[in-house]
Amino acid sequence: MITLGELWARMFNFENYGELLTLVHNSLIAGAILGIVGGLIGVFVMQRDMAFAVHGISELSFAGAAAALLFGVNVVAGSLAGALIAAIMIGLLGSRARDRNSIIGVLMPFGLGLGILFLALYPGRSGNKFGLLTGQIISVDDPQLVWLTGISIVVLIGLLVMWRPLSFDSLDADVAAARGVPTRFVSLAFMVLLGLIVAVSVQIIGALLVLALLVTPAAAALRLSASPLWVPVLAMVFGFTSAVGGILLALGGSLPISPYITTISFSIYLIARLVGLRTKTRAGLR
Amino acid sequence: MTAAVGSTHRHPTEPVLSLANAALGFGDRVLWNDLTIDVCAGEFLAVLGPNGSGKTSLLKTILGQQQLDSGTARFDGHAVRRGDRRIGYIPQQKLIPGGTPMRARDLVALGVNGHRFGLPVSRASEKRQVEELLESVGATAYADEPVGNLSGGEQQRLRVGQALAGDPRLLLCDEPLLSLDLQHQRGVSELIDRRRREHGTPVVFVTHDVNPVLGMVDRILYLAGGQFREGTPDEVLRSEVLTELYGTPVDVIRTGGRVVVVGIPDSETHHHHHSAHGEANL
Repeated sequence: MITLGELWARMFNFENYGELLTLVHNSLIAGAILGIVGGLIGVFVMQRDMAFAVHGISELSFAGAAAALLFGVNVVAGSLAGALIAAIMIGLLGSRARDRNSIIGVLMPFGLGLGILFLALYPGRSGNKFGLLTGQIISVDDPQLVWLTGISIVVLIGLLVMWRPLSFDSLDADVAAARGVPTRFVSLAFMVLLGLIVAVSVQIIGALLVLALLVTPAAAALRLSASPLWVPVLAMVFGFTSAVGGILLALGGSLPISPYITTISFSIYLIARLVGLRTKTRAGLR
Repeated sequence: MTAAVGSTHRHPTEPVLSLANAALGFGDRVLWNDLTIDVCAGEFLAVLGPNGSGKTSLLKTILGQQQLDSGTARFDGHAVRRGDRRIGYIPQQKLIPGGTPMRARDLVALGVNGHRFGLPVSRASEKRQVEELLESVGATAYADEPVGNLSGGEQQRLRVGQALAGDPRLLLCDEPLLSLDLQHQRGVSELIDRRRREHGTPVVFVTHDVNPVLGMVDRILYLAGGQFREGTPDEVLRSEVLTELYGTPVDVIRTGGRVVVVGIPDSETHHHHHSAHGEANL
Protein backbone atom coordinates (compact mmCIF):
# COMPACT_ATOMS: atom_id res chain seq x y z
CA MET A 1 0.00 0.00 0.00
CA ILE A 2 1.14 3.50 -0.76
CA THR A 3 0.19 6.24 1.66
CA LEU A 4 -1.30 9.51 0.52
CA GLY A 5 1.80 11.35 1.64
CA GLU A 6 4.07 9.17 -0.44
CA LEU A 7 1.70 9.47 -3.38
CA TRP A 8 1.83 13.25 -3.11
CA ALA A 9 5.63 13.19 -2.91
CA ARG A 10 5.84 11.09 -6.04
CA MET A 11 3.49 13.35 -7.94
CA PHE A 12 4.74 16.70 -6.74
CA ASN A 13 8.21 17.47 -5.48
CA PHE A 14 9.75 20.88 -5.67
CA GLU A 15 13.18 20.21 -4.10
CA ASN A 16 16.11 21.49 -6.14
CA TYR A 17 13.54 22.98 -8.48
CA GLY A 18 15.91 25.56 -9.91
CA GLU A 19 18.47 22.98 -10.95
CA LEU A 20 15.83 20.74 -12.46
CA LEU A 21 14.42 23.66 -14.40
CA THR A 22 17.64 24.06 -16.36
CA LEU A 23 17.45 20.38 -17.28
CA VAL A 24 14.04 20.71 -18.91
CA HIS A 25 14.77 24.04 -20.52
CA ASN A 26 14.45 22.51 -24.02
CA SER A 27 11.24 20.65 -23.23
CA LEU A 28 9.71 23.85 -21.93
CA ILE A 29 10.45 25.78 -25.10
CA ALA A 30 9.22 22.95 -27.32
CA GLY A 31 6.15 22.46 -25.13
CA ALA A 32 5.28 26.15 -25.16
CA ILE A 33 5.39 26.40 -28.93
CA LEU A 34 3.54 23.11 -29.35
CA GLY A 35 0.82 24.28 -26.95
CA ILE A 36 0.29 27.44 -28.97
CA VAL A 37 0.30 25.85 -32.42
CA GLY A 38 -1.66 22.81 -31.20
CA GLY A 39 -4.37 25.07 -29.79
CA LEU A 40 -4.58 26.93 -33.07
CA ILE A 41 -4.81 23.89 -35.33
CA GLY A 42 -7.34 22.42 -32.91
CA VAL A 43 -9.84 25.07 -33.99
CA PHE A 44 -9.83 23.53 -37.46
CA VAL A 45 -9.66 19.97 -36.16
CA MET A 46 -12.94 20.66 -34.36
CA GLN A 47 -14.59 22.38 -37.32
CA ARG A 48 -13.57 19.63 -39.72
CA ASP A 49 -14.59 16.94 -37.25
CA MET A 50 -11.16 15.33 -37.29
CA ALA A 51 -10.43 14.39 -33.68
CA PHE A 52 -10.39 10.73 -34.61
CA ALA A 53 -7.98 11.44 -37.46
CA VAL A 54 -5.59 13.10 -35.02
CA HIS A 55 -5.59 9.96 -32.93
CA GLY A 56 -5.03 7.74 -35.97
CA ILE A 57 -2.14 9.85 -37.23
CA SER A 58 -0.49 9.81 -33.82
CA GLU A 59 -0.47 5.99 -33.67
CA LEU A 60 1.31 5.77 -37.02
CA SER A 61 3.65 8.49 -35.92
CA PHE A 62 4.41 6.37 -32.86
CA ALA A 63 5.17 3.39 -35.12
CA GLY A 64 7.57 5.54 -37.15
CA ALA A 65 9.30 6.82 -34.05
CA ALA A 66 9.62 3.32 -32.60
CA ALA A 67 11.10 2.07 -35.86
CA ALA A 68 13.61 4.93 -35.81
CA LEU A 69 14.54 4.08 -32.23
CA LEU A 70 15.09 0.42 -33.15
CA PHE A 71 17.22 1.19 -36.20
CA GLY A 72 19.14 3.97 -34.48
CA VAL A 73 18.06 6.83 -36.75
CA ASN A 74 16.61 10.23 -35.83
CA VAL A 75 13.45 9.61 -33.82
CA VAL A 76 11.84 12.88 -34.90
CA ALA A 77 12.38 11.92 -38.54
CA GLY A 78 10.77 8.53 -37.93
CA SER A 79 7.87 10.16 -36.16
CA LEU A 80 7.44 12.62 -39.03
CA ALA A 81 7.51 9.91 -41.66
CA GLY A 82 4.84 7.87 -39.90
CA ALA A 83 2.62 10.88 -39.28
CA LEU A 84 2.88 12.21 -42.83
CA ILE A 85 2.15 8.83 -44.42
CA ALA A 86 -0.95 8.46 -42.25
CA ALA A 87 -2.11 12.04 -42.77
CA ILE A 88 -1.73 11.93 -46.54
CA MET A 89 -3.46 8.54 -46.78
CA ILE A 90 -6.38 9.79 -44.72
CA GLY A 91 -6.48 12.98 -46.80
CA LEU A 92 -6.45 11.18 -50.13
CA LEU A 93 -8.76 8.28 -49.34
CA GLY A 94 -11.17 9.82 -46.88
CA SER A 95 -12.74 12.93 -48.30
CA ARG A 96 -16.10 11.86 -46.88
CA ALA A 97 -16.42 11.51 -43.12
CA ARG A 98 -17.60 7.91 -43.17
CA ASP A 99 -14.79 6.72 -45.48
CA ARG A 100 -12.37 8.64 -43.36
CA ASN A 101 -13.41 7.04 -40.11
CA SER A 102 -13.20 3.53 -41.50
CA ILE A 103 -9.73 4.20 -42.92
CA ILE A 104 -8.57 5.58 -39.58
CA GLY A 105 -10.11 2.64 -37.75
CA VAL A 106 -8.10 0.31 -39.98
CA LEU A 107 -4.84 2.27 -39.81
CA MET A 108 -4.79 2.95 -36.10
CA PRO A 109 -4.47 -0.57 -34.63
CA PHE A 110 -2.00 -1.46 -37.39
CA GLY A 111 0.20 1.48 -36.44
CA LEU A 112 -0.01 0.79 -32.75
CA GLY A 113 0.77 -2.89 -33.26
CA LEU A 114 3.73 -2.08 -35.47
CA GLY A 115 5.03 0.37 -32.89
CA ILE A 116 4.74 -2.16 -30.09
CA LEU A 117 6.62 -4.69 -32.20
CA PHE A 118 9.49 -2.26 -32.78
CA LEU A 119 9.60 -1.31 -29.11
CA ALA A 120 9.63 -4.95 -28.03
CA LEU A 121 12.59 -5.57 -30.32
CA TYR A 122 14.43 -2.47 -29.09
CA PRO A 123 17.17 -3.45 -26.62
CA GLY A 124 17.69 -0.02 -25.03
CA ARG A 125 16.34 1.64 -21.91
CA SER A 126 12.69 1.12 -21.19
CA GLY A 127 12.24 4.81 -20.34
CA ASN A 128 12.70 5.67 -24.01
CA LYS A 129 10.08 3.12 -24.93
CA PHE A 130 7.35 4.46 -22.73
CA GLY A 131 8.25 8.02 -23.55
CA LEU A 132 6.90 7.66 -27.06
CA LEU A 133 3.54 6.53 -25.75
CA THR A 134 3.11 8.70 -22.68
CA GLY A 135 5.63 11.48 -23.03
CA GLN A 136 8.76 12.14 -21.07
CA ILE A 137 10.23 15.19 -19.53
CA ILE A 138 13.87 15.26 -20.54
CA SER A 139 13.35 13.97 -24.01
CA VAL A 140 14.40 16.98 -26.02
CA ASP A 141 18.09 17.51 -26.78
CA ASP A 142 19.42 20.52 -28.68
CA PRO A 143 19.23 19.21 -32.25
CA GLN A 144 15.73 17.90 -31.56
CA LEU A 145 14.67 21.27 -30.21
CA VAL A 146 15.64 22.84 -33.53
CA TRP A 147 13.55 20.25 -35.36
CA LEU A 148 10.52 20.55 -33.11
CA THR A 149 10.39 24.35 -33.03
CA GLY A 150 11.17 24.55 -36.73
CA ILE A 151 8.32 22.22 -37.64
CA SER A 152 5.91 23.98 -35.29
CA ILE A 153 6.71 27.33 -36.84
CA VAL A 154 6.18 25.93 -40.34
CA VAL A 155 2.75 24.70 -39.23
CA LEU A 156 1.94 28.07 -37.67
CA ILE A 157 2.84 29.97 -40.84
CA GLY A 158 1.01 27.45 -42.99
CA LEU A 159 -2.17 27.85 -40.95
CA LEU A 160 -2.04 31.64 -41.03
CA VAL A 161 -1.49 31.74 -44.79
CA MET A 162 -4.32 29.29 -45.48
CA TRP A 163 -6.64 30.73 -42.83
CA ARG A 164 -9.43 32.09 -45.02
CA PRO A 165 -9.60 29.35 -47.69
CA LEU A 166 -9.33 26.74 -44.94
CA SER A 167 -12.15 28.37 -42.95
CA PHE A 168 -14.29 28.52 -46.10
CA ASP A 169 -13.57 24.88 -46.94
CA SER A 170 -14.23 23.76 -43.36
CA LEU A 171 -17.57 25.53 -43.27
CA ASP A 172 -18.92 24.62 -46.69
CA ALA A 173 -16.66 22.80 -49.13
CA ASP A 174 -19.16 22.92 -52.02
CA VAL A 175 -19.60 26.68 -51.95
CA ALA A 176 -15.87 27.19 -51.37
CA ALA A 177 -15.10 25.16 -54.50
CA ALA A 178 -17.69 27.12 -56.49
CA ARG A 179 -16.16 30.40 -55.33
CA GLY A 180 -12.63 29.59 -56.40
CA VAL A 181 -11.06 27.90 -53.38
CA PRO A 182 -8.76 25.05 -54.49
CA THR A 183 -10.50 22.75 -52.01
CA ARG A 184 -8.55 19.58 -52.77
CA PHE A 185 -5.24 21.33 -52.32
CA VAL A 186 -6.43 23.05 -49.15
CA SER A 187 -7.69 19.80 -47.58
CA LEU A 188 -4.51 17.93 -48.38
CA ALA A 189 -2.29 20.78 -47.20
CA PHE A 190 -4.22 20.83 -43.95
CA MET A 191 -3.61 17.10 -43.49
CA VAL A 192 0.12 17.64 -44.02
CA LEU A 193 0.19 20.41 -41.41
CA LEU A 194 -1.77 18.17 -39.06
CA GLY A 195 0.69 15.33 -39.64
CA LEU A 196 3.62 17.65 -38.90
CA ILE A 197 2.22 18.93 -35.61
CA VAL A 198 1.15 15.44 -34.51
CA ALA A 199 4.72 14.24 -35.04
CA VAL A 200 5.95 17.04 -32.79
CA SER A 201 3.32 16.24 -30.15
CA VAL A 202 4.30 12.58 -30.04
CA GLN A 203 7.81 13.64 -29.05
CA ILE A 204 6.60 15.66 -26.11
CA ILE A 205 3.31 14.37 -24.79
CA GLY A 206 3.36 10.86 -26.25
CA ALA A 207 1.26 9.19 -28.91
CA LEU A 208 -1.64 8.17 -26.70
CA LEU A 209 -2.41 11.65 -25.42
CA VAL A 210 -1.88 13.92 -28.39
CA LEU A 211 -5.57 14.87 -28.31
CA ALA A 212 -5.05 16.70 -25.01
CA LEU A 213 -3.11 19.40 -26.86
CA LEU A 214 -4.65 19.24 -30.33
CA VAL A 215 -8.33 18.98 -29.43
CA THR A 216 -9.11 19.84 -25.80
CA PRO A 217 -7.88 23.47 -25.79
CA ALA A 218 -9.86 24.34 -28.92
CA ALA A 219 -12.93 22.50 -27.60
CA ALA A 220 -12.71 24.56 -24.42
CA ALA A 221 -12.32 27.80 -26.37
CA LEU A 222 -15.39 27.00 -28.48
CA ARG A 223 -17.40 26.70 -25.26
CA LEU A 224 -16.56 30.28 -24.38
CA SER A 225 -16.81 32.15 -27.64
CA ALA A 226 -17.89 32.05 -31.26
CA SER A 227 -15.64 34.89 -32.33
CA PRO A 228 -13.23 34.13 -35.17
CA LEU A 229 -10.62 36.08 -33.21
CA TRP A 230 -11.22 34.96 -29.63
CA VAL A 231 -11.59 31.25 -30.27
CA PRO A 232 -8.09 30.85 -31.74
CA VAL A 233 -6.59 33.20 -29.15
CA LEU A 234 -8.17 31.35 -26.22
CA ALA A 235 -7.27 27.96 -27.72
CA MET A 236 -3.64 29.04 -27.97
CA VAL A 237 -3.63 30.35 -24.39
CA PHE A 238 -5.19 27.11 -23.12
CA GLY A 239 -2.76 24.94 -25.09
CA PHE A 240 0.20 26.95 -23.83
CA THR A 241 -1.02 26.80 -20.23
CA SER A 242 -1.59 23.04 -20.40
CA ALA A 243 1.77 22.22 -21.96
CA VAL A 244 3.96 24.53 -19.91
CA GLY A 245 2.01 24.04 -16.69
CA GLY A 246 2.16 20.28 -17.12
CA ILE A 247 5.91 20.25 -17.64
CA LEU A 248 6.50 22.53 -14.63
CA LEU A 249 4.35 20.36 -12.35
CA ALA A 250 5.84 17.11 -13.61
CA LEU A 251 9.34 18.33 -13.02
CA GLY A 252 9.85 17.26 -9.43
CA GLY A 253 7.88 14.02 -9.52
CA SER A 254 8.98 10.76 -11.03
CA LEU A 255 5.96 10.23 -13.25
CA PRO A 256 5.46 10.72 -16.98
CA ILE A 257 4.63 14.22 -18.14
CA SER A 258 1.34 13.49 -19.87
CA PRO A 259 -1.00 13.04 -16.88
CA TYR A 260 -0.12 16.56 -15.75
CA ILE A 261 -0.78 18.04 -19.17
CA THR A 262 -4.00 16.10 -19.72
CA THR A 263 -5.31 17.01 -16.26
CA ILE A 264 -4.68 20.70 -16.76
CA SER A 265 -6.24 20.74 -20.21
CA PHE A 266 -9.22 18.73 -18.99
CA SER A 267 -9.70 21.08 -16.03
CA ILE A 268 -9.65 24.07 -18.37
CA TYR A 269 -12.27 22.35 -20.49
CA LEU A 270 -14.49 21.67 -17.47
CA ILE A 271 -14.26 25.27 -16.30
CA ALA A 272 -14.94 26.49 -19.83
CA ARG A 273 -18.08 24.34 -19.99
CA LEU A 274 -19.34 25.74 -16.70
CA VAL A 275 -18.58 29.32 -17.67
CA GLY A 276 -20.05 28.66 -21.11
CA LEU A 277 -23.30 27.50 -19.54
CA ARG A 278 -23.54 30.71 -17.55
CA THR A 279 -22.84 33.02 -20.47
CA LYS A 280 -24.99 31.10 -22.94
CA THR A 281 -28.04 33.16 -22.06
CA ARG A 282 -26.04 36.31 -22.59
CA ALA A 283 -24.10 36.83 -25.76
CA GLY A 284 -20.75 35.49 -24.56
CA LEU A 285 -17.42 36.69 -25.88
CA ARG A 286 -17.81 38.00 -29.38
CA MET B 1 -17.55 47.04 -61.11
CA THR B 2 -15.29 45.09 -63.45
CA ALA B 3 -17.97 42.63 -64.48
CA ALA B 4 -20.26 45.50 -65.47
CA VAL B 5 -17.54 47.11 -67.58
CA GLY B 6 -16.94 43.81 -69.34
CA SER B 7 -20.61 43.30 -70.03
CA THR B 8 -21.04 46.61 -71.86
CA HIS B 9 -18.83 45.28 -74.66
CA ARG B 10 -21.19 42.41 -75.23
CA HIS B 11 -24.35 42.45 -77.22
CA PRO B 12 -27.21 42.76 -74.72
CA THR B 13 -29.05 39.72 -76.06
CA GLU B 14 -26.02 37.45 -76.06
CA PRO B 15 -26.77 34.69 -73.57
CA VAL B 16 -24.90 34.72 -70.27
CA LEU B 17 -25.15 30.95 -70.03
CA SER B 18 -25.53 28.64 -72.95
CA LEU B 19 -25.65 24.87 -73.21
CA ALA B 20 -25.55 23.32 -76.65
CA ASN B 21 -26.36 19.67 -77.38
CA ALA B 22 -25.27 18.84 -73.88
CA ALA B 23 -25.47 15.21 -72.78
CA LEU B 24 -24.65 13.57 -69.49
CA GLY B 25 -25.21 10.10 -68.09
CA PHE B 26 -23.79 7.71 -65.59
CA GLY B 27 -23.28 4.15 -66.81
CA ASP B 28 -26.20 3.36 -69.10
CA ARG B 29 -28.50 5.84 -67.38
CA VAL B 30 -28.99 9.01 -69.37
CA LEU B 31 -29.65 12.14 -67.33
CA TRP B 32 -30.24 14.38 -70.28
CA ASN B 33 -29.40 14.31 -73.95
CA ASP B 34 -29.21 16.99 -76.62
CA LEU B 35 -29.97 19.69 -74.07
CA THR B 36 -29.76 23.12 -75.66
CA ILE B 37 -30.70 26.13 -73.63
CA ASP B 38 -29.69 29.78 -73.38
CA VAL B 39 -30.10 31.95 -70.33
CA CYS B 40 -29.97 35.68 -71.05
CA ALA B 41 -29.54 38.68 -68.78
CA GLY B 42 -32.49 39.28 -66.50
CA GLU B 43 -34.00 35.82 -66.96
CA PHE B 44 -35.26 33.59 -64.17
CA LEU B 45 -35.01 29.91 -65.12
CA ALA B 46 -36.47 27.34 -62.74
CA VAL B 47 -35.11 23.80 -63.06
CA LEU B 48 -37.64 21.19 -61.93
CA GLY B 49 -37.73 17.42 -61.87
CA PRO B 50 -37.76 14.41 -59.58
CA ASN B 51 -34.78 13.22 -57.54
CA GLY B 52 -32.12 11.69 -59.74
CA SER B 53 -33.21 13.55 -62.86
CA GLY B 54 -29.90 15.41 -63.07
CA LYS B 55 -30.74 18.80 -61.60
CA THR B 56 -27.70 18.86 -59.35
CA SER B 57 -25.50 17.48 -62.13
CA LEU B 58 -26.64 20.35 -64.30
CA LEU B 59 -25.50 22.82 -61.63
CA LYS B 60 -22.20 20.99 -61.28
CA THR B 61 -21.73 21.23 -65.04
CA ILE B 62 -22.26 24.98 -64.95
CA LEU B 63 -19.84 25.21 -62.00
CA GLY B 64 -17.24 23.35 -64.07
CA GLN B 65 -17.17 20.45 -61.60
CA GLN B 66 -18.79 17.95 -63.94
CA GLN B 67 -17.60 17.13 -67.47
CA LEU B 68 -20.25 16.74 -70.15
CA ASP B 69 -20.31 13.49 -72.15
CA SER B 70 -20.86 15.60 -75.25
CA GLY B 71 -21.90 19.09 -76.22
CA THR B 72 -20.71 22.39 -74.78
CA ALA B 73 -21.43 24.58 -71.80
CA ARG B 74 -20.40 28.22 -72.04
CA PHE B 75 -20.65 31.01 -69.51
CA ASP B 76 -20.05 34.68 -70.23
CA GLY B 77 -18.41 33.95 -73.56
CA HIS B 78 -16.05 31.12 -72.63
CA ALA B 79 -16.22 27.46 -71.68
CA VAL B 80 -17.35 26.93 -68.09
CA ARG B 81 -14.50 26.48 -65.64
CA ARG B 82 -13.99 25.46 -62.05
CA GLY B 83 -14.12 28.11 -59.36
CA ASP B 84 -15.35 30.92 -61.63
CA ARG B 85 -15.94 33.80 -59.22
CA ARG B 86 -18.42 35.53 -61.50
CA ILE B 87 -20.95 32.83 -60.65
CA GLY B 88 -22.73 33.34 -57.34
CA TYR B 89 -23.71 30.00 -55.84
CA ILE B 90 -26.41 29.62 -53.21
CA PRO B 91 -26.51 26.09 -51.80
CA GLN B 92 -29.17 24.09 -50.04
CA GLN B 93 -29.85 25.31 -46.57
CA LYS B 94 -27.60 23.17 -44.38
CA LEU B 95 -27.96 24.44 -40.84
CA ILE B 96 -24.62 25.70 -39.56
CA PRO B 97 -24.06 24.05 -36.16
CA GLY B 98 -23.92 26.11 -33.00
CA GLY B 99 -20.37 26.68 -31.78
CA THR B 100 -19.02 27.49 -35.23
CA PRO B 101 -16.49 30.27 -34.60
CA MET B 102 -17.93 32.70 -37.09
CA ARG B 103 -20.23 35.70 -36.92
CA ALA B 104 -22.80 36.61 -39.55
CA ARG B 105 -20.44 39.15 -41.09
CA ASP B 106 -17.67 36.54 -41.33
CA LEU B 107 -19.90 34.25 -43.38
CA VAL B 108 -20.56 37.07 -45.85
CA ALA B 109 -16.87 38.05 -45.81
CA LEU B 110 -15.96 34.57 -47.09
CA GLY B 111 -17.69 35.53 -50.32
CA VAL B 112 -15.51 38.65 -50.56
CA ASN B 113 -12.09 37.25 -49.71
CA GLY B 114 -12.54 33.63 -48.56
CA HIS B 115 -10.66 32.35 -51.61
CA ARG B 116 -7.59 34.45 -50.88
CA PHE B 117 -4.45 33.05 -49.28
CA GLY B 118 -2.41 35.24 -46.98
CA LEU B 119 -2.70 36.62 -43.49
CA PRO B 120 -6.38 36.82 -42.53
CA VAL B 121 -6.54 40.59 -42.26
CA SER B 122 -9.39 42.33 -44.11
CA ARG B 123 -8.74 45.57 -45.95
CA ALA B 124 -10.93 48.59 -45.25
CA SER B 125 -12.51 48.31 -48.70
CA GLU B 126 -13.41 44.68 -48.04
CA LYS B 127 -14.97 45.55 -44.71
CA ARG B 128 -17.04 48.23 -46.39
CA GLN B 129 -18.13 45.74 -49.02
CA VAL B 130 -19.22 43.26 -46.33
CA GLU B 131 -21.20 46.03 -44.64
CA GLU B 132 -22.98 46.85 -47.91
CA LEU B 133 -23.77 43.20 -48.57
CA LEU B 134 -25.14 42.72 -45.06
CA GLU B 135 -27.38 45.71 -45.59
CA SER B 136 -28.54 44.54 -49.01
CA VAL B 137 -29.81 41.25 -47.55
CA GLY B 138 -31.26 42.90 -44.45
CA ALA B 139 -28.85 41.25 -42.03
CA THR B 140 -27.29 44.32 -40.43
CA ALA B 141 -29.26 43.80 -37.20
CA TYR B 142 -27.59 40.45 -36.51
CA ALA B 143 -24.25 41.09 -38.22
CA ASP B 144 -22.28 40.33 -35.06
CA GLU B 145 -24.26 37.29 -33.89
CA PRO B 146 -22.55 33.90 -34.09
CA VAL B 147 -23.95 32.20 -37.22
CA GLY B 148 -24.71 29.05 -35.25
CA ASN B 149 -27.25 31.01 -33.17
CA LEU B 150 -29.21 32.22 -36.20
CA SER B 151 -32.32 30.63 -37.71
CA GLY B 152 -32.21 28.77 -41.01
CA GLY B 153 -33.82 31.70 -42.77
CA GLU B 154 -31.34 34.20 -41.38
CA GLN B 155 -28.43 31.95 -42.34
CA GLN B 156 -29.82 31.64 -45.85
CA ARG B 157 -30.06 35.42 -46.20
CA LEU B 158 -26.37 35.55 -45.32
CA ARG B 159 -25.62 32.95 -47.98
CA VAL B 160 -27.35 35.13 -50.53
CA GLY B 161 -25.18 38.01 -49.36
CA GLN B 162 -22.10 35.79 -49.67
CA ALA B 163 -23.08 34.81 -53.22
CA LEU B 164 -23.63 38.44 -54.24
CA ALA B 165 -20.07 39.37 -53.26
CA GLY B 166 -17.89 40.09 -56.26
CA ASP B 167 -20.84 41.22 -58.39
CA PRO B 168 -21.77 37.90 -60.01
CA ARG B 169 -22.93 37.67 -63.63
CA LEU B 170 -25.10 34.63 -62.85
CA LEU B 171 -26.82 33.31 -59.74
CA LEU B 172 -27.00 29.54 -59.34
CA CYS B 173 -29.38 28.37 -56.63
CA ASP B 174 -29.59 24.76 -55.49
CA GLU B 175 -32.85 24.34 -53.57
CA PRO B 176 -32.13 27.47 -51.53
CA LEU B 177 -35.58 27.46 -49.89
CA LEU B 178 -35.48 23.86 -48.67
CA SER B 179 -36.74 23.50 -45.08
CA LEU B 180 -37.45 27.20 -44.68
CA ASP B 181 -40.84 28.35 -43.41
CA LEU B 182 -43.13 30.25 -45.79
CA GLN B 183 -42.17 33.69 -44.55
CA HIS B 184 -38.45 33.03 -45.02
CA GLN B 185 -39.06 31.32 -48.37
CA ARG B 186 -40.64 34.55 -49.54
CA GLY B 187 -37.92 36.73 -48.02
CA VAL B 188 -35.02 34.78 -49.51
CA SER B 189 -36.59 34.34 -52.96
CA GLU B 190 -37.38 38.07 -53.07
CA LEU B 191 -33.73 38.87 -52.35
CA ILE B 192 -32.67 36.72 -55.28
CA ASP B 193 -35.33 38.20 -57.53
CA ARG B 194 -34.42 41.76 -56.55
CA ARG B 195 -30.85 41.18 -57.66
CA ARG B 196 -32.20 39.98 -61.01
CA ARG B 197 -34.47 42.99 -61.48
CA GLU B 198 -32.01 45.63 -60.34
CA HIS B 199 -28.83 44.28 -61.90
CA GLY B 200 -30.15 42.04 -64.66
CA THR B 201 -28.31 39.08 -63.15
CA PRO B 202 -29.92 35.92 -64.55
CA VAL B 203 -30.98 33.23 -62.09
CA VAL B 204 -30.87 29.44 -62.49
CA PHE B 205 -33.00 28.11 -59.68
CA VAL B 206 -33.17 24.39 -58.95
CA THR B 207 -36.18 23.47 -56.87
CA HIS B 208 -38.63 20.66 -56.23
CA ASP B 209 -41.39 23.15 -55.45
CA VAL B 210 -41.95 25.92 -57.97
CA ASN B 211 -44.74 27.62 -56.02
CA PRO B 212 -42.66 30.01 -53.87
CA VAL B 213 -41.06 31.43 -57.03
CA LEU B 214 -43.92 30.94 -59.51
CA GLY B 215 -44.50 34.69 -59.83
CA MET B 216 -40.84 35.31 -60.72
CA VAL B 217 -40.16 32.48 -63.14
CA ASP B 218 -39.77 33.32 -66.84
CA ARG B 219 -38.99 29.84 -68.04
CA ILE B 220 -38.96 26.31 -66.73
CA LEU B 221 -36.61 23.49 -67.58
CA TYR B 222 -38.32 20.29 -66.52
CA LEU B 223 -36.07 17.19 -66.33
CA ALA B 224 -37.44 13.67 -65.98
CA GLY B 225 -36.51 10.17 -67.07
CA GLY B 226 -33.64 11.19 -69.34
CA GLN B 227 -35.77 13.75 -71.18
CA PHE B 228 -36.61 17.38 -70.70
CA ARG B 229 -39.18 20.05 -71.60
CA GLU B 230 -38.43 23.74 -71.70
CA GLY B 231 -40.71 26.74 -71.93
CA THR B 232 -42.80 29.22 -69.97
CA PRO B 233 -44.64 27.92 -66.89
CA ASP B 234 -47.88 27.92 -68.89
CA GLU B 235 -46.28 25.86 -71.64
CA VAL B 236 -44.58 23.28 -69.41
CA LEU B 237 -46.82 22.90 -66.38
CA ARG B 238 -49.64 21.21 -68.28
CA SER B 239 -51.07 17.75 -67.83
CA GLU B 240 -50.40 16.62 -71.41
CA VAL B 241 -46.81 17.89 -71.40
CA LEU B 242 -45.85 16.19 -68.14
CA THR B 243 -47.82 13.05 -69.07
CA GLU B 244 -45.74 12.77 -72.22
CA LEU B 245 -42.52 13.52 -70.33
CA TYR B 246 -43.14 10.93 -67.63
CA GLY B 247 -44.80 8.44 -69.99
CA THR B 248 -47.59 7.92 -67.51
CA PRO B 249 -50.76 9.89 -66.72
CA VAL B 250 -49.91 12.98 -64.69
CA ASP B 251 -52.37 15.69 -63.68
CA VAL B 252 -51.40 19.29 -63.26
CA ILE B 253 -53.90 21.15 -61.12
CA ARG B 254 -53.83 24.90 -60.71
CA THR B 255 -55.57 26.08 -57.62
CA GLY B 256 -55.47 29.42 -55.85
CA GLY B 257 -52.32 30.56 -57.63
CA ARG B 258 -50.55 27.29 -56.81
CA VAL B 259 -49.58 24.42 -59.04
CA VAL B 260 -49.98 20.86 -57.81
CA VAL B 261 -48.80 17.89 -59.86
CA VAL B 262 -50.45 14.57 -59.09
CA GLY B 263 -49.39 11.09 -60.17
CA ILE B 264 -45.63 11.44 -60.59
CA PRO B 265 -44.12 7.94 -60.60
CA ASP B 266 -41.30 7.19 -58.19
CA SER B 267 -37.98 8.53 -59.28
CA GLU B 268 -35.18 6.10 -60.00
CA THR B 269 -33.47 6.75 -56.71
CA HIS B 270 -36.57 6.14 -54.69
CA HIS B 271 -37.50 2.56 -53.85
CA HIS B 272 -40.22 2.70 -51.23
CA HIS B 273 -43.07 0.42 -52.25
CA HIS B 274 -45.70 2.14 -50.19
CA SER B 275 -45.65 5.22 -52.40
CA ALA B 276 -45.96 3.86 -55.92
CA HIS B 277 -47.56 7.11 -56.93
CA GLY B 278 -46.38 10.34 -55.48
CA GLU B 279 -47.86 13.76 -55.33
CA ALA B 280 -45.73 16.84 -55.53
CA ASN B 281 -46.22 20.53 -55.06
CA LEU B 282 -44.73 21.60 -58.30
